[in-house]
Amino acid sequence: RRQDVLTVTPWLAPIVWEGTFNSEILDSAYRPLNLTIGVTAFAIGKYTRFVGHFLESAEKHFMKGYRVNYYIFTDNPETIPDVQLQPGRRFVIVPIKKYPSWQEISMRRMEAINKHIAETSHQEVDYLFCLDIDMVFYNAWGPETLGDIVAAIHPGYFNVPRSQFPYERRSSSAAYIPDGEGDFYYGGAVFGGLVKKVYEFTKTCHMTILMDKANGIMAAWQEESHLNRHFLSHKPSKVLSPEYLWDDRKPKPPEIHLIRFSTVDKNYKEVRD
Amino acid sequence: RRDVLVLTPWLAPIVWEGTFNRDILNAQYMQKNLVTGVVTFAVKKYWFFIEGFMSSANKYFLAGHQVNFYLFTDNPEQISHLQMAAENHLFVITVQNHSQWQDISMSRMDIISRYILSQFQYEVDYLYSIDIDVQLFEHIGVEIIDTLVGTISSWQYTARRESKSYETRTESQAAIPKGEGDFYYTASFYGGSVAEVYKLTRACFKGVMEDRKNDIEARWHDESHLNKYLLYHKPTRLLSPEYYWDEEL
Repeated sequence: RRQDVLTVTPWLAPIVWEGTFNSEILDSAYRPLNLTIGVTAFAIGKYTRFVGHFLESAEKHFMKGYRVNYYIFTDNPETIPDVQLQPGRRFVIVPIKKYPSWQEISMRRMEAINKHIAETSHQEVDYLFCLDIDMVFYNAWGPETLGDIVAAIHPGYFNVPRSQFPYERRSSSAAYIPDGEGDFYYGGAVFGGLVKKVYEFTKTCHMTILMDKANGIMAAWQEESHLNRHFLSHKPSKVLSPEYLWDDRKPKPPEIHLIRFSTVDKNYKEVRD
Repeated sequence: RRDVLVLTPWLAPIVWEGTFNRDILNAQYMQKNLVTGVVTFAVKKYWFFIEGFMSSANKYFLAGHQVNFYLFTDNPEQISHLQMAAENHLFVITVQNHSQWQDISMSRMDIISRYILSQFQYEVDYLYSIDIDVQLFEHIGVEIIDTLVGTISSWQYTARRESKSYETRTESQAAIPKGEGDFYYTASFYGGSVAEVYKLTRACFKGVMEDRKNDIEARWHDESHLNKYLLYHKPTRLLSPEYYWDEEL
């Protein structure tokens, strides 16, 4: 058990840290349900270079022993490498259009995920995780992460007072969170839950993103700002600790016993061009 | 709260004072327009507890939200006029009494499952079975609402696994193998979604009937069967012994 960190939110959602759960108990509860877990990841433009490493590491660490469908959204299907998958695991390329700026690409994810759920994945998966592609799995990511609505704490802000959270602070934006409000700063690189719930909140986030567009404003951290606004009013039923969304450029603090999923070091300027 | 366990190994929260914010939870509960029911039994001499239970529950149980109280009794005439809060409803249902209190106790499971099927599933979303011989002294609110909820028995809270009161005789359907068991749950306060409570009460009553056929009775009657069920169907939320404290302790 962990006494050094908060393990339950004030609305009684568990915060998942190493040491708070027993994988065997969870596996024995979830395996018999014959679930299929979906993963969406966007590899647009130069970001296709991250697909191979992402998938190889996922095969080693992500939901081992469960059926998994990887949905790779890309504008460049020919550049996606062929990765060897374990039995029960599938890989599907979802062709999408490339938008002119990286911010736009990032924000259109909500719409693309929502559309894809409606057309395809709602019939194919029980749970869906939406992950950034420029990341690698280093340790186990298992059924402890499953829940109705799942969000992850951003690694840069888990130990920082609420006033420093980079929420959108302009009241003209639909993602606005006033001073003094807010539970956590959630990272846009990891979110998920029951496919029905992901459908609902990607739709809401996309609506608020469009509202801002109509008002000529773009939120401070794009869809991450909208996600944070949404999860403030519609609290996640499970929160993942920064073990599940780490940034390798950060020194590892004592609270982080295990890094499971982390950014790949890259030259942001070069890869976003 | 660092002094107590607040999360089970399967990531179900254990509800203690200090772990939750009732305002946030109330807002969530109201968003969903839920109705919760309470089932309680006052058979034979237990009619004496009705007034104390109903007046305190009416005041402290999910105050401000609609609660349907289903009171099963063999003594409906003994119920003096009970003043109910505007949002609450009281349904008095007459039942047969049995010769021994253990029988009454165990047939509760059967009665609850039958009434869920015929009535409760249409009237409530969540259902809690609470013993009548309790009085609430503090608010019990929506922090208890979840899919399958067990309460840790105050008697057993500090007991180590080997000394817990599980049924161990393998001839009983309620038997829990030595060395197993997460917590010891009290049969005096459990509940959850109407669907889950139905499954639980059906399974427990099946175990009771099977034992009866084999001429064995579990050590702590329906509570033993409850513990077996919750070992293999883990609760999604646990209530700490704050939620059912025996004054004799």
